Amino acid sequence: MSIVTVQLGQCGNQIGFEVFDALLSDSHSSQGLCCKRENEAYQASCKERFFSEEENGVPIARAVLVDMEPKVINQTLSKAAQSGRWKYGQHACFCQKQGSGNNWAYGYSVHGPRHEESIMDLIRKEVEKCDSFSGFFIIMSMAGGTGSGIGAFVTQNLQDQYSNSLKMNQIIWPYGTGEVIVQNYNSILTLSHLYRSSDALLVHENDAVHKICAKLMNIKQISFSDINQVLAHQLGSVFQPTYSAESSFHYRRNPLGDLMEHLVPHPEFKMLSIRNVPHMSENSLAYSTFTWAGLLKHLRQMLISNAKMEEGIDWHVRPPLSGLPSLGKMSLNKDLHFNTSIANLVILRGKDVQSADVEGFKDPALYTSWLEPVNAFNVWKTQRAFSKYEKSAVLVSNSQFLVKPLDMIVGKAWNMFASKAYIHQYTKFGIEEEDFLDSFTSLEQVVASYCNL
Amino acid sequence: MTQSVVVQVGQCGNQIGCCFWDLALREHAAVNQKGIYDEAISSFFRNVDTRVVGDGGSISKGKICSLKARAVLIDMEEGVVNEILQGPLRDVFDTKQLITDISGSGNNWAVGHRVFGSLYQDQILEKLRKSAEHCDCLQCFFIIHSMGGGTGSGLGTFLLKMLEDEFPEVYRFVTSIYPSEYHLYPLFLIASLLMFFPRKSLFDIISKIDLMVNSGKLGTTVKPKSLVTSSSGALKTRHKKPFDAMNNIVANLLLNLTSSARFEGSLNMDLNEISMNLVPFPQLHYLVSSLTPLYTLTDVNIPPRRLDQMFSDAFSKDHQLLRADPKHSLYLACALMVRGNVQISDVRRNIERLKPSLQFVSWNQEGWKTSLCSIPPVGHSHSLLALANNTCVKPTFMELKERFMRLYKKKAHLHHYLQVEGMEESCFTEAVSSLSALIQEYNQLDATKNMPVQDLPRLSIAM
Repeated sequence: MSIVTVQLGQCGNQIGFEVFDALLSDSHSSQGLCCKRENEAYQASCKERFFSEEENGVPIARAVLVDMEPKVINQTLSKAAQSGRWKYGQHACFCQKQGSGNNWAYGYSVHGPRHEESIMDLIRKEVEKCDSFSGFFIIMSMAGGTGSGIGAFVTQNLQDQYSNSLKMNQIIWPYGTGEVIVQNYNSILTLSHLYRSSDALLVHENDAVHKICAKLMNIKQISFSDINQVLAHQLGSVFQPTYSAESSFHYRRNPLGDLMEHLVPHPEFKMLSIRNVPHMSENSLAYSTFTWAGLLKHLRQMLISNAKMEEGIDWHVRPPLSGLPSLGKMSLNKDLHFNTSIANLVILRGKDVQSADVEGFKDPALYTSWLEPVNAFNVWKTQRAFSKYEKSAVLVSNSQFLVKPLDMIVGKAWNMFASKAYIHQYTKFGIEEEDFLDSFTSLEQVVASYCNL
Repeated sequence: MTQSVVVQVGQCGNQIGCCFWDLALREHAAVNQKGIYDEAISSFFRNVDTRVVGDGGSISKGKICSLKARAVLIDMEEGVVNEILQGPLRDVFDTKQLITDISGSGNNWAVGHRVFGSLYQDQILEKLRKSAEHCDCLQCFFIIHSMGGGTGSGLGTFLLKMLEDEFPEVYRFVTSIYPSEYHLYPLFLIASLLMFFPRKSLFDIISKIDLMVNSGKLGTTVKPKSLVTSSSGALKTRHKKPFDAMNNIVANLLLNLTSSARFEGSLNMDLNEISMNLVPFPQLHYLVSSLTPLYTLTDVNIPPRRLDQMFSDAFSKDHQLLRADPKHSLYLACALMVRGNVQISDVRRNIERLKPSLQFVSWNQEGWKTSLCSIPPVGHSHSLLALANNTCVKPTFMELKERFMRLYKKKAHLHHYLQVEGMEESCFTEAVSSLSALIQEYNQLDATKNMPVQDLPRLSIAM
């Protein structure tokens, strides 16, 4: 089944390009460590999901590109065409002349309605091209004006017009220290709206990815394209084809549906994160060997201690002893040392994958009390290796990891809101103080729910 | 891609404008090697087939035929504009986009504003409409003028009001040159300084501020004196014209401001984002700017600065284009517009390094806006323009008010203004009270400066 990607704003479009590029180069990679027949099945499955076929054989990404000013889309289209291996559809983009000015209200209340018909039209055309349609993958940032404002508007529209299809939003959490001054306002408005209309929010934090680039990849001068490539790698390792059951050789048909089913059991808890091991520069890769036991041990501890990458994991954090009553509700004043999960999904790819032992993830102490580990935890194993890594493991998790960052953003936005700074920029376009208060209320609710796990 | 129109008013405005167009042409020539008229160039220039008579000559694509600046030149005496039209840039300007008179405004704001305003109102409007029609999507008017003379200040402010009324959706970015008051200049400069003789010009400034407070959207204030002192380190050769170096710096400021909107980069910043991020309250729309490296037209001998040094310089007192010290005042917001081969990690590293020495207002502790443009300015590998909304503009305004009050109490020079039809004493009193209100706002913000940052109680949710 196919996934249609909607790339919004500068961030969404820059990342979208890297994702398609990573997906296709992995599927064409010669280091799959499996037989030819299997490799071909893998390629076919990947192609069906993300690309449509053209007459001369060049795959066209199943994507709609939206931005309110032309520079980034032009760049993205030409980079894709230059690669020679794939490209974007000629008429798959929607562009205007003047951007959204980092103003969520302008994106949501002015650009959204004004261009609703054209954008939804483009999306519809892309969906019609799919033989069987799985759902939408929407890539956007929270800090700017287009990705955040129009992203929220489009997601809402998708919910109305395609109520039977799934929507997963890939949200980029901005750096804590200023990419945009009003990023906290834009973020809370986006999150509160998306929480109502989206099915799952897959979150990537710029700060975390930046650290991965610095510490694990050893990049000296980190650029946004480095960051986007790490992101694309993580997303690729989740969305590339996986087997549908333990021993069959058929690839899973409905990746989005399966992801949602496993990871979002309750609509109150929608925020997902990705952790992957190993992740390193190509030079180091040549000198490293991995065992499944080692990788999985690290991954499990990353989950428990809320570490975002392999380095600097706090090994002292332990799950509470099972059998004992829960230690009472966590308040935000204490550091959340132990990360309670609602649901986890581990995807393993590579050599000897069947021998990997994931028992450690089935420990009931890792999970909340209202879900049995057998329902809360799933593992997908695939023989075919991913992108030069002989063995790779990725964890998609619905857990308390985002509580602290979310709380910080809400706190900063609240402080700014109390002084009424910048509010006139939003009321100018119809977002009133009540709308802000509504957003604050919903997000405080989300924080409280996650805290009380 | 959007277009912008530059409106240059008065002698100062036109001289700076001239510098700006020269630099803009060089910059685009350096980037656009193939001579194709692309979207970046179209933001400031029209592509015109000069063989076609009349107005139909605009070409929107293909090779560059003849570039015409999207500009309107206004001056109430002919000297400067005529010089421009005879100089090397004469082909860049459309002769239909000029408005000149002969007599000049005599350093009198009232003459510039009331007399010439009403006289030329229709003509100005017509030229503005014409230039707007030539634009596919007009985003911003750049108004360049000085506050000291009569035309720049008086007619300039009249123009602002007109733009607000006729083109309410278009941004107005005003660069005001604020005159210096001390005569500590080498001899060859003094003659020109008489134009900026402080006492007479004060009324102009006050009235100007009043109008700017109420109608202008954004203003950056630039003081010539600080420009001279800060560029004196870079000046190796004497310039023929006294204000060349300073004009150049201001022109560079405008170019760098728009660079991220015109050229590609990994983190773009459009002009409307400047207003969104740097103006937390509508009245506090005054920005202080600093530019590194500070370079002049002929100066190519500046050694390339280390990247981190560039960031430190941007916050030092010497590089500010207004005589103010932002480091010791309160920041409301700050934008860093970086050009060249600089990546996000470099910017972040420097922000972390400089943050402890800067004071930000309590509700905007992380008040940074960043933009990265890949194309560096001509002759340099990277540059940084820092725009800040900072309470350090307050002393400038306070000083101004003080000098004004001294003169006003004695009613000195008042009759020159009052004899112009429509001017009354209430104009002055209103102007002063606007200025006082503004100063008061800054005072209130400053009072919060050294107080500890408190976390306000949050909404509590019933579970």
